[in-house]
Amino acid sequence: MRALLIRDLRLATRAGGGFGLALAFFLIVCTLVPFGVGPEGGTLSRIAPGILWVGALLSCLLSLDRIFALDFEDGSLDLLATAPLPLEGAVAIKALAHWLVTGLPLALSAPVFALLLHLPGPAYPWLVASLILGTPALSMLGAFGAAVTVGLRRGGLLLSLLVLPLYVPTLIFGAEAVRRGAAGADPVAPLVFLAAITLATLALAPFAAAAALRVNLR
Amino acid sequence: MSLLAVRDLAVARGGLRAVEGVSFSLDPGGALVLRGPNGIGKTTLLRTLAGLQPAVAGVIEAAPDAIAYAGHSDGLKPALTVTENLRFWSEIFGGPDIAAALEAMNLRELAARPAHALSAGQKRRLGLARLMVTGRPVWLLDEPTVSLDRASVALFAAMLRAHLGRGGAAVIATHIELGLPEAEILELGPYRARETRRESRPAGFNEAFG
Repeated sequence: MRALLIRDLRLATRAGGGFGLALAFFLIVCTLVPFGVGPEGGTLSRIAPGILWVGALLSCLLSLDRIFALDFEDGSLDLLATAPLPLEGAVAIKALAHWLVTGLPLALSAPVFALLLHLPGPAYPWLVASLILGTPALSMLGAFGAAVTVGLRRGGLLLSLLVLPLYVPTLIFGAEAVRRGAAGADPVAPLVFLAAITLATLALAPFAAAAALRVNLR
Repeated sequence: MSLLAVRDLAVARGGLRAVEGVSFSLDPGGALVLRGPNGIGKTTLLRTLAGLQPAVAGVIEAAPDAIAYAGHSDGLKPALTVTENLRFWSEIFGGPDIAAALEAMNLRELAARPAHALSAGQKRRLGLARLMVTGRPVWLLDEPTVSLDRASVALFAAMLRAHLGRGGAAVIATHIELGLPEAEILELGPYRARETRRESRPAGFNEAFG
């Protein structure tokens, strides 16, 4: 298991691995929005929680199809499926690797991008907390979508449409936690819901994804 | 005690039966060469034996974790070096050290080279070396000698013979002579499925919607 995690991280950080793609996309969203809606601080700080969460979610979406597609093309997925490692474990590890190279950097760098959007000061810790709690669910659900669409030509399009509705609960509670933090209200309730969604996803999605992979490898 | 026994096996590709009624058993040290025209179902048969797809009918008896599969693609990552690729599979399968495998397929000089800088034949040699680090007794080989030159085919035959000598077994789909006189040959032609009726359910998502 550790070997698979190390390999995926190594592949992601080497040339052509796509590390930084999500961050760059997040930066683009956060710099373009002020140009689009105008520079008034009042407007920006009101929409900042939503924009930050939508931006993070779309950045995650960008690299999802790589989770299994590359392994499928070069035959590694066949070999992993015949390896002693359970396929459910392989799926979980690959989703973890995806989170470590997209979700975690997004969460840690979000405060910098939040400056561009005039996010009110008290919301910063809640922004980081909500992203750290919420993005694992995005990676895991994405791994499920990637498993269902692996091997399809232009599967990326179908993948996005497939996981988008699954992302909605995470987005609602994540953005709500940041919004409450910005308004000085208590953000614990949406954070608890966010954590519950993530935990349920982590518990169920590996099995669904592994089942989908088995069908697609036939 | 046979390593792999197959009784009355039928396999399907794309919902159509390819071959049916195949039976054989492999003892330690045994090799079986699958022959037959293109499209008869050699790859499908090997993938079924590897557990990648279910058999339509019949029984496959093999010890758990006995089978190592080597298909058309080698499962290499272009960004990783030869050593890193091989060590990864060794750790995943919990197999033996990679030194012997590097030696057997004459890859030592290429050990530090990234896989994207290898030629097709060198990649194949690395893909075959992977079999050694799985530490598994039954090798399923699908056209293992594609893009190998004559010297590399000899290397591979020597590696295969050493594997059989250690009590391993192999099922090989190939058209060329490997120089394994002890190998049994199974012509798949007579086992071609007679009726080409569709299996009732599509085999997968891709087939249903692709």
